[in-house]
Amino acid sequence: MIPELGNFALMLALCLALLQAVLPMAGTYTNSQLWMGLGRPLSAGIWVFMVLAFACLARSFLHDDFSVAYVARNSNTELPVYYKFAAVWGAHEGSLLLWVLILASWGYAVSLLSSKLPLDIVARVLSVMAMITAGFLAFMIFTSNPFDRMLLNTPTEGTDLNPLLQDFGLTVHPPFLYMGYVGFSVAFAFAIAALLTGRLDAAWARWTRPWTNAAWAFLTVGITLGSWWSYYELGWGGWWFWDPVENVSFMPWLVGTALIHSLAVTEKRGVFKSWTVLLAISAFSLSMLGAFIVRSGVITSVHAFATDPERGMVLLALLLVIIGASLCLYAIRAPVVKGSASYAANSREVFLLINNILLVVATAMILLGTLFPLIHEAIYGEANRMSVGPPYYNTIFIPLMALLAFFLGVATFSRWKKTSLEHLKQNLKLVLLASVVLGIGLPLLVTSSINPAIMLAVGLVLWIVFGVLKDILDKTANKDSRLAGLLGLGRSYYGMQLAHFGVAVLITGVCLTSHYSIEQDVRMKPGDSVSIGDYSFEFGGVVERKGPNYDAQSATINVSKNGKAYRVMNPEKRKYHARGDVQTEAAIDTGFFRDLFTALGDPRGDDAWVVRLHVKPFVFWIWLGAFLMAAGGVLALLDRRYRYRPVLLAQTTEAPSATAPDAVMAKVVNS
Amino acid sequence: MSNRAKLFIPAAFFAVMLGLLLYGLFHDPSKVPSALISRPMPVFTRPNLFKDSATVSNEQLKGGIFLVNVWATWCPPCHAEHPYLVEISEREKDVTFVGINYKDDAQAARDFLQERGNPFKISLSDLDGTLGIDLGVAGAPETFLIDAAGTIRYKHIGAIDNRVWEEKFVPLLAQLR
Amino acid sequence: MNPIRKQKLLIVGVILGGAAVATALLLLAFNKGLNAFFTPTEIAEGKVTGTQNIRIGGMVKKGSLLKEGLQGTRIEFIATDFNEDVPVVYTGVLPDLFREGQGVMADGHMDAKGVFQADSILAKHDENYMSSEVKAAMEAAKNKQAAKTVANGGAQP
Repeated sequence: MIPELGNFALMLALCLALLQAVLPMAGTYTNSQLWMGLGRPLSAGIWVFMVLAFACLARSFLHDDFSVAYVARNSNTELPVYYKFAAVWGAHEGSLLLWVLILASWGYAVSLLSSKLPLDIVARVLSVMAMITAGFLAFMIFTSNPFDRMLLNTPTEGTDLNPLLQDFGLTVHPPFLYMGYVGFSVAFAFAIAALLTGRLDAAWARWTRPWTNAAWAFLTVGITLGSWWSYYELGWGGWWFWDPVENVSFMPWLVGTALIHSLAVTEKRGVFKSWTVLLAISAFSLSMLGAFIVRSGVITSVHAFATDPERGMVLLALLLVIIGASLCLYAIRAPVVKGSASYAANSREVFLLINNILLVVATAMILLGTLFPLIHEAIYGEANRMSVGPPYYNTIFIPLMALLAFFLGVATFSRWKKTSLEHLKQNLKLVLLASVVLGIGLPLLVTSSINPAIMLAVGLVLWIVFGVLKDILDKTANKDSRLAGLLGLGRSYYGMQLAHFGVAVLITGVCLTSHYSIEQDVRMKPGDSVSIGDYSFEFGGVVERKGPNYDAQSATINVSKNGKAYRVMNPEKRKYHARGDVQTEAAIDTGFFRDLFTALGDPRGDDAWVVRLHVKPFVFWIWLGAFLMAAGGVLALLDRRYRYRPVLLAQTTEAPSATAPDAVMAKVVNS
Repeated sequence: MSNRAKLFIPAAFFAVMLGLLLYGLFHDPSKVPSALISRPMPVFTRPNLFKDSATVSNEQLKGGIFLVNVWATWCPPCHAEHPYLVEISEREKDVTFVGINYKDDAQAARDFLQERGNPFKISLSDLDGTLGIDLGVAGAPETFLIDAAGTIRYKHIGAIDNRVWEEKFVPLLAQLR
Repeated sequence: MNPIRKQKLLIVGVILGGAAVATALLLLAFNKGLNAFFTPTEIAEGKVTGTQNIRIGGMVKKGSLLKEGLQGTRIEFIATDFNEDVPVVYTGVLPDLFREGQGVMADGHMDAKGVFQADSILAKHDENYMSSEVKAAMEAAKNKQAAKTVANGGAQP
């Protein structure tokens, strides 16, 4: 009964979503307050039924109801309860259910937190979100229904959750990632509403910013968790592989980052309007593209779901409708939202434009790399296949990010409209000098060797950090007291600086880990020991151990530091009962300044095993930096002005009112 | 280029990408190229699955179109493709379906076929998997298409579904007929 | 020059600058990061000349994996497409899914002796396909399941 109830809830949610897609939007054209007002209760209804459907699937998992095909394929009576719950989103159908539930939740959140917005905007935004919800719900119900049953051939035991997914990091990774992906649908819906109405002003940007920040922060955390997971679960000691599935989560993030900066310009200066709209559409489109690539098998990857081209076709059709329609709408309506404030070559606007170009170029390059095998095959035929390796991405990405870090420092000190070169020189002189001197000096002092890459990285990190500090000091210098000055700065300012500081921490982690990790894959017999730096690793052999749903070969590695016993590490090879899959379980000693990473390889006879021993300095800083960035995003969205300031429609400071689209269009055509 | 036309660049870019993804859907970049193609079926003699005293040899796989399916009861993908095999065996009357029961328990295999329908006109048992080695079989299911001269024309690794059948087998069958 | 035109020029300049940087990086990256894919048959046909980085794909030939008695963490195996074979040498840890009779991909280069020197090994895993090695594990699971559920019956159709 419960699965049927879940199925019924999905159907009802679909009906409500269809109503919501049509009625409030129609209300904006007929000017019917009643129809527009339906948006809010309908989004509550969709949300309630999605929660119900999700609860039904969770209950089927917790009760081992293997008559539900999805449960039978992804669970097992031996599976620990915690993973039974997490298995709800462990494969295609259930993760799609989570995806739609999250979409419904964002819609519901918009309806709750939009009391100050004009009703017609709310109606349009909610309608657009409901169109997406309806599309994905229909896709789920008709091609990938998680409640499909096998009543005739009910198995007595399930085939278990993929062991790679039986891990804390990966159970929380998808919800965060989806919160981010789907969160961009809010900015997307606002952008569509702006195109439809032609009203794109400072108020619009101010409504959109907190939602974009929230989605971006979730996506940051989601990607970070994924990276952390691949670090300790895949057993290779790497934290980023430029795998297609990683790439498709990274692209919306990069575009989302560009969107956050471009929204700032649109809010403060009323320019870059159509560009901002395009970014908002692109961020969500790339999220959906990610969903397609992961679920269609069009590109192979270790993380991809099982492939099914029929599903792929339907999903592709869905993308065609949603993205195609919105881009065409953009092409037709973008001139209506053009801004026309002026700015000079060395204004903050231009520096943020450079930031946007760099981020978009990086996205385009990653997209090209991800799709290149496909492009090559399409042109040269199946016999000539190509693969794109990490060197491609590193060659492109590192210089672009170095440029981005440099301009980040400059932009902080630049002013809107026009910055005098004198002002920049004065402010940056000291920061530049300090970061160049220390950037060269510090690595030389610590390692007593010359490594230009490290020096550049350290220099850039200091450039950002000193810039952040100096800016905060400057901003508080004229106040009565420092403390009053510090308290006077808004949360969105601190959020920005925190996120930028996070960037510096992240770069430090990435650079130092990549250059100074010591990685040794060695063949060890019991009693053998290997020294890496201050640490000595002694292999104590491998014993069998029984886990709840697996058998493990567990190694003992005694680690000593400078001759003193430090700790025992137990990396394992696990063989899961139900599927027979073997899984490497690394043992990691995490520290603020370095990680010890050990993993068990394969046996090589005579009790000898290949053992992976890594000492990775500053690897923790990668995740710390990313979390600081996310925290910055959250802090910024808590800024007072998003909550208390009454919203004044079409009343921007500089930009001319956009209520006369024809006039603006005429101007564009003339110029 | 006029300003209006420029605004269609994103849409055009998306259209190109969509075309590419559509192409990608029907071309699996991961597949390992099939071997043994255009080679004769290896020489073999194996016991008939249903009658231990009788044998099946490669000589019997000549003079018509044969679809040789390597399967086992221990392999879930084989269970998945089984109903479809039954369906096409009823439809494609001029193709002789041959089942190689691979590294399996003969009794379990017979029960399986009796229970769920038997698509195979000829069933043989490859208990030790040596025929599998000659065929370059690494697991199950694998499916071979053999022409009237006894030459292997196609090998498919993995379960057969409607799409695989329509795309890979149907065009080849049309050529062979 | 009027301010609007100047501004437009500025935007175009920044975009062109971005495009120039992108193109330069792209040319460099294509040089470094692209690996052509070859099968053992193509290698035997002499399609690979020189020692540039390539990717090969095939199956690990049964009985060909050699990992004991070699120096350090070196292993050797033969990649096959059941038509031609390529000997492969690799030093390091093998991925969990690496098994004889299973699909494998390797990045590396051909040396002068016709041996593929692999820098990295990727094992493949296909959900639509099951190798016979998994059989034993499946049976163990099946036995356990039979013991657990006494009255099964299996709901025959």
